[in-house]
Amino acid sequence: MNLEKIRKKIKKKVGIDVKVSEELHAIKLEGNAKEWEQVVKAGYIAADSKCKGVINNILVDTIDDSISKPNFYNEELDQEECDVLIIGAGIIGCSIARELSKYKLNIILVEKEHDVAMHASSRNDGMIHPGFAPKINSLKSKMNLRGNYLYNKISEDLDVEMNKTGSLILFDSYKTLPLSLIFSIKCKKINLESKTLLRKKLLELEPNLAEKVKWGYYLPSAKVMSPYLMTVAYAENAVNNGIKLYLDTCVMNVVRKNKEITHVITNQGEIKTKVVINAAGTSADIIADMAGDRFYTIHPRKGEIALADKKVGKYFNRIAGMPEISLKSKSKGGGLIKTVAGNILIGPNAFEVQKKEDYTTSNKSLKEMINDRLEIIKSVHQRDVITYFAGTRAATYKEEFIIELSENLDNFIHVAGIQSPGFASAPAIAERVENITLEVLNKSFNVEKNKNYNPIRRKNKNLNIMDKEERDKLIHKNSDYGEIICRCEEISKGEIIDALNSPISVDTVDGIKRRTRAGMGRCQGGFCMPLIMEIISEYKNLKMKDVYKKNSESTIVVKETK
Amino acid sequence: MYDVIVIGGGPAGMAAAIKAKQNGSKTLIIEREKKLGGILKQCIHDGFGLIKFKKQLTGPEYAQRYTELVNELKIETMVNTYVSNLKVNGDFFEITIVNRKGIKVLFSKALVLANGCRERSVKQIFIDGTRPSGVFTAGTAQYLVNRKGYLPCKNCIILGSGDIGLIMARRLKLEGANVLGVYEVKNSPSGLTRNIIQCLDDYNIPLYLSKTISTIHGKNRVIGVDIVSVDENLKEIPNTKEYISCDGVILSVGLIPENENAESLNVSISKNTKGPIVDQNLMTSIPGVFSCGNALHVNDLVDYVSESGEIAGLNASKYAFSHYENFDEFLNLEFNDNDFLYVVPQKLKINFNENTIIYFRVKEEIENCVVRILYDNKCIYEKKYNKVKPPEMERIILKNIKLDITKSISLNLGKE
Ligand SMILES: Cc1cc2nc3c(=O)[nH]c(=O)nc-3n(C[C@H](O)[C@H](O)[C@H](O)COP(=O)(O)OP(=O)(O)OC[C@H]3O[C@@H](n4cnc5c(N)ncnc54)[C@H](O)[C@@H]3O)c2cc1C
Ligand SMILES: Cc1cc2nc3c(=O)[nH]c(=O)nc-3n(C[C@H](O)[C@H](O)[C@H](O)COP(=O)(O)OP(=O)(O)OC[C@H]3O[C@@H](n4cnc5c(N)ncnc54)[C@H](O)[C@@H]3O)c2cc1C
Repeated sequence: MNLEKIRKKIKKKVGIDVKVSEELHAIKLEGNAKEWEQVVKAGYIAADSKCKGVINNILVDTIDDSISKPNFYNEELDQEECDVLIIGAGIIGCSIARELSKYKLNIILVEKEHDVAMHASSRNDGMIHPGFAPKINSLKSKMNLRGNYLYNKISEDLDVEMNKTGSLILFDSYKTLPLSLIFSIKCKKINLESKTLLRKKLLELEPNLAEKVKWGYYLPSAKVMSPYLMTVAYAENAVNNGIKLYLDTCVMNVVRKNKEITHVITNQGEIKTKVVINAAGTSADIIADMAGDRFYTIHPRKGEIALADKKVGKYFNRIAGMPEISLKSKSKGGGLIKTVAGNILIGPNAFEVQKKEDYTTSNKSLKEMINDRLEIIKSVHQRDVITYFAGTRAATYKEEFIIELSENLDNFIHVAGIQSPGFASAPAIAERVENITLEVLNKSFNVEKNKNYNPIRRKNKNLNIMDKEERDKLIHKNSDYGEIICRCEEISKGEIIDALNSPISVDTVDGIKRRTRAGMGRCQGGFCMPLIMEIISEYKNLKMKDVYKKNSESTIVVKETK
Repeated sequence: MYDVIVIGGGPAGMAAAIKAKQNGSKTLIIEREKKLGGILKQCIHDGFGLIKFKKQLTGPEYAQRYTELVNELKIETMVNTYVSNLKVNGDFFEITIVNRKGIKVLFSKALVLANGCRERSVKQIFIDGTRPSGVFTAGTAQYLVNRKGYLPCKNCIILGSGDIGLIMARRLKLEGANVLGVYEVKNSPSGLTRNIIQCLDDYNIPLYLSKTISTIHGKNRVIGVDIVSVDENLKEIPNTKEYISCDGVILSVGLIPENENAESLNVSISKNTKGPIVDQNLMTSIPGVFSCGNALHVNDLVDYVSESGEIAGLNASKYAFSHYENFDEFLNLEFNDNDFLYVVPQKLKINFNENTIIYFRVKEEIENCVVRILYDNKCIYEKKYNKVKPPEMERIILKNIKLDITKSISLNLGKE
C-alpha cells in the first residue's frame, strides 16, 4: 500500500491534507475537513487501494451525532451470562438469533430500542433482490443469491406473507436493447432466470406502464415482503425457541482480556459472554471500536421512501425501476414496488449524511423522487402519497458486506456493512454466521442440538383477508374480532389485543401499528390512535399518559384535563 | 330487504334516515361508532343550529335532537358496525357489515352515503424534518380533550386556520395549555370570521398570516419548529426562518370527504369537492346511491348538513318506491374554476319540478359582487353580495324551470 500516494490523491481531488496510516490492515485517515462530502470522497479514494477497509476519522466541525439510547440505567442484567451475545435486533441480529436457537446454547439478543426492527430493518423497501446487481463472486452476490433462495422456505416456516412478483428493469429507448445481451450473459453465469421483454409483452405484466417505456429486463425471482414483519417473525421464533431478547438495552462498552472479549457493559448492567456478534447496523463501527477492532467506517447513506394510497394500488403489480445507467456499485435507489399490503412504495433515493440515525425527510428531495419514480406508470400521482419516511444504509467505503471472525479477537464476529441487499441476504448471512459461531464455540465445548427447537411460527390472525364464514366463526368465538378500530385498514380490537399478547412484549402505538397495520392507512391514525391508546392502557395496565408512540420519550398525551 | 340503508349516523345520516322513514320507507342507519351523532359528539362548543332551530346549541345538543327523533320514529340503527364492502347487485345493493355479532350481508333498494369527512394528515402537507409524537390533527386533539379528557400538549402552535383549529386553540387555552399562535400559509384565514373573533381575539391568541412551518424538530417528541414567511405564491421567503420551541403541533389544514365507500361502487367523484358528483336530488352517478353532509362536500354549518341529509333521504326513499324517474337526461351546471372552488349539484336533471338548492364556495374573497345563473345565455337568477369568501359556503335557491338538453346553464361571478 502506498500511503503517500493516497495522501496526495486526497489532497489533489478533495483539497484536504490528511494523515494516512495503516492499522489492522486498513487505511486510517485523520485530519479535518469543512464538508461531510469531502470526508466521504476521501474515504472512497482510500478504499480504492488494496486494503481491508478504511478507518475514516476525518472530522468535520463537531455535530452532535448522538444515536438514540435508553434514558435509564440499572443493574438488572448484572448476573447474566451467556454463550452468545448478539448486538442489534434488526433483521440481521434476529435472523442470527433464530438460526442459533437450533442449538443448546444460552443466547442473548440485546437491542437499544424499545422494539425490534426500529432502524434500517423497518426503513427499507422490503425487496428481495434477485441477486442480479452485485458484482459476480462478491460476498454481496453470494449472500443475495442464497438469501433469495432461502426465503422460499423461511417465509413458509415463519408464516410471513411474500409475493413472488419478479422485478423489471425498464428502458425508454430501443437503443439500449443490446444491454439485454450483457445482462443475459451475467444471468447465465450466476444461474439466474431472466427474460427480455418488449413493450407489448411488458404490458401484459404491467398494463399501466407509461408510453415512454420501450423494453424491459424481467427477473422473475425477485420478491416482496414486509421487512419489519419478517424481522418480528424471526425474533418471535427465536424467543419461542429459548433465546433471551432484552430491549431498551444498549451496549455502552466491550471489555476484553488479551485476545478475548469477556463481557459487555450495558445500561442495564454487565453481561458475560463467550462470543459477541456485532449486528449493530449503522453503529457496527462504534461497537467494533469499543472492541478495539475497527477496520472499517460506516458512512450512512440516507434513503427516503414514500407510500401511495392502496386505492391506486391497482395500477401497478410488481417491482420496477428505470435505472440511470452507471457503473458504480453504490446503492443509488429504487423505483416502485407493490407492497404485500397493496400500497405502491416509491423510492428510495440515496444521499450521504453525517448522522447515523438521520431520518429527517425533505420536501424537495421527496417530491423530486416521487415525481421521477412515478414517471414509469400512468394514473398515480404525488397527491396519492399518504406517508413517507427515511432510513440510513450502513455503507462501508469498500461497499461490501463484512461477515467474519475478527482477525485479532478470538470471539468477536463482525456482521457489518449490511446495506442493501441486506434484507434480501439475511437468511444466508445468518447461515454463515451460524457456522462461524459454531466453529468458535466448538473449540471450547461440544455444541449440542436444541431438542425442543421448533422452526415453525404462526402469525396472528388477519381477519379482513379471511373468507366470510371463517371470519364470522372467529367473531362468534371472540367478539373483539368484530369491533373495527382502524377504519382505513379494517383492523379489529381482537387483532390489536393479539399483538399485545405476542411473544415479544409490545406496548406502544407504533409497535401495534407495525404488527397489525392499524394506523397505517390514509388517515394516518387520526381516528384510531386514541382508541389504540385506550386498548394498550387497559390491557397493559398503563395510565394513558404512559402510553407512548415508540419509546418513553415519545409521549402522546401529557396530562388529564382540568 | 331494506328500502333505504344510510351509512353514517352523523347529522347528515340521521336527517336522511328521518326523512326516509317519514316517507314510509323501511330504513336502517349503520354507524361505526358506539353512538349516533358523528363529529358533533366532540364539538362541545355552541353555535350549532342557528338556522334550523334559531338557537345556539352545542354539538351534542344538536345531535341529541336528531337522535331523539330517530328513536321516536323507531328507526332501526346498528351502531359499532362497520361497512366492509358494498356491491351493486341488479336492482339492489349488498352491504357487508362487521360488528361484534359477526359478519353479515344486508340488502337495500337505495343507499345514502353520509360517511362524513376526515382530516388531512401532516404527511399530506409535506413538512421537512422528523416525524415525532406531539403532532396531532385538530380533530384528534379535540377528541382527546373533549371526549377522553386528556391534554395532548403544554406549549403548542396551531398550523392552519381552519375552524377546528381555531376552536381547538381556544379549547387548549381554556384547559391551561399555552397556545403560541395560529399560523396560516395563505394571506387570509380559512375559518369563519366569527371563530377568529370568538376563539382567537377574545383569548389573545395571535394569528400569523403568510407564515408556515418549514421544519419539525424532535426525534421522539416535538421539541420545536422552524417558522418561515411565504410570498403570494406561497414560496418561502429566504432569511425569514425563526425557531420556536414547543411540544405540540396541532394541524388544521383541511378536510376531505370520506368516499372510499362511494369509490368502491365506482361513483364518479368531483375533483373540486372530492365528493360524489350529484344531481338536484343528491343522487350520484350510480342510480340509487345518494350522498349528503360532509361526504358530499365539506360544510361549515351543520344546518346545511342536515338539509342535504333530508334531500338525500327523501329522494332515496322515493327511489326505493320507484316513484322516481330513472332514465333522466342531465345538463352540467357549468362554472369557472377561477371563480369558484366548487358548485353542488354538479349536474341538473332536465325534468325537475321543484326548486333547486345550489351550494357553492368562491375561490377568493370578493366584495360587492353578483352571482348569476345563465341559462341559454340569459340571466335567470341574480343575487348581490357585499362580500363572499372561501370559508363561507353560500346557498341559493333556483325556482323551478324547464331545462332543454340542447341548451347550457352556468353559474357566474361578476362585479356589480
Ligand atoms: C432506504 C433503504 C432501502 C433499502 N431497501 C432494501 C431492499 O429493498 N432490500 C434489501 O435487501 N435491503 C434493503 N435495504 C437494506 C436493509 O434495510 C439493511 O441491509 C438491513 O435492514 C440491515 O439490517 P441490520 O439488522 O443489519 O440493521 P438494523 O435494522 O439497523 O439493526 C441494527 C440494530 O442494532 C441496534 N444497535 C445499534 N447499536 C447498538 C448498541 N450499542 N446496543 C444495542 N443495540 C444497538 C440498533 O438499534 C438496530 O436496531 C435498504 C436500506 C435502506 C436504508
Ligand atoms: C370541529 C368542528 C367544529 C364545527 N363547528 C360548527 C359550528 O360551530 N356550527 C355549525 O353549525 N357547524 C359546525 N361544524 C360543522 C358540522 O358540524 C359538520 O360539518 C357536520 O357535523 C357534518 O356532519 P356529517 O353527518 O356529514 O358528518 P359526521 O358528523 O362526520 O358523521 C359521519 C358519521 O358516519 C360514520 N361513518 C362514516 N363511515 C362509515 C362507515 N363506513 N360505516 C359506518 N359508519 C360510518 C362516522 O362514524 C360518523 O359518525 C363543525 C365541524 C367540526 C368538525
